[in-house]
Amino acid sequence: MTDRTYRAAPPGALRIEPLGELTAIFDRRSMQTHLVVSPMPEILDAMGTDPCSAALLVSRLAAAFDLDGDDDVQPILAERLGELAAMGLVERV
Amino acid sequence: MRHKARIAVGPVQFRIGSDWAEPVAALERLYAGYPQDDTRPADATVRLFAARPWRRWLRPSVHIGGDFIVPDALPLPLSMGLLAAEMGMNLQVALGWRRHMLLHASAVAQDGRALIMSGESGSGKSTLAALLGEGDWRLMGDEFTLIDPAGGDAFAFPRAVSLKNEAIAEVAARVDAARLGPLLAATPKGDIRHLIPRADAIAAMHEPARPALLLFPRFGGEMAAEPMGEGEAFVRLTEASTNYVALGEAGFAALTRLVRETPAFAISYPDSAAGIALVEQLWAEAAK
Repeated sequence: MTDRTYRAAPPGALRIEPLGELTAIFDRRSMQTHLVVSPMPEILDAMGTDPCSAALLVSRLAAAFDLDGDDDVQPILAERLGELAAMGLVERV
Repeated sequence: MRHKARIAVGPVQFRIGSDWAEPVAALERLYAGYPQDDTRPADATVRLFAARPWRRWLRPSVHIGGDFIVPDALPLPLSMGLLAAEMGMNLQVALGWRRHMLLHASAVAQDGRALIMSGESGSGKSTLAALLGEGDWRLMGDEFTLIDPAGGDAFAFPRAVSLKNEAIAEVAARVDAARLGPLLAATPKGDIRHLIPRADAIAAMHEPARPALLLFPRFGGEMAAEPMGEGEAFVRLTEASTNYVALGEAGFAALTRLVRETPAFAISYPDSAAGIALVEQLWAEAAK
């Protein structure tokens, strides 16, 4: 499977509010509210401004979380990125 | 229209027009003690009308109209004209109000702090609010609670309380009969009788209260109180708000603040007395 790349929403487009175990995200472009759970907020936080693939995310998140030796992480992140794209929160490049 | 009334409930000024005298007379009796300011422009218009001129007399049936309508809503017989008026008023507020975030919730207040109860029809939120409002609490409303998007305060919408089925006898046993409207038997929503809120609650209807406790009641089952996380309370209140989507980011901000600042519990209770005791206990703990 090819590792697709995605671009984060432009700065200021999303208002992200953690509410306990859930995180509420208001998308100012669509006026939609999205409710997500971990690891979605962590992914959005790690994406930065440049195009980002699941492989790149693994390396970035590994710095912050204990992901060592887990081969499943990259396909899981690829799937989550696809879901974020379906919600319109990230854009497929 | 032939028959007209102006009614102010909380911040909402209603203009009601009717093809028949009876619903307007019934409304004027229920709302006689509310402040009148006919010079204020109307915020919402409710029309009770006959679909055909002859239907004013021949098997009279009341259609509900106004600024907003529900297509294909069935008309009600004239004997239920008061219910039609109430439904029309609720509809206009639910669909048209933008100045506050509207929660489908009852509320009572003590010392400037509000207890907000959100639940489906049949959860007992209306009965609990009515009974609390006969005690040491100020009734803010049995159906809608308004949240100021800017400051976060709760505002009252103390319309006449819509008592249903078993709640009618329970409340009627405690209040002066002059505060009760006519019995509307066997309506599509069951038996209904309106309760006029206490005069002090009507007099204080413009006073804000700070949300201090959020409850999600469920009538029936063992007495229980389960703390609710901010996320679940947020989800439930988006579902309980009729204008959350319309308010955009202001609604999002108001709701995130409300669930962060206000402790929330899901409660269940087997009867009203147990429900009141549980509410008072949770309030005492929240007020600490």
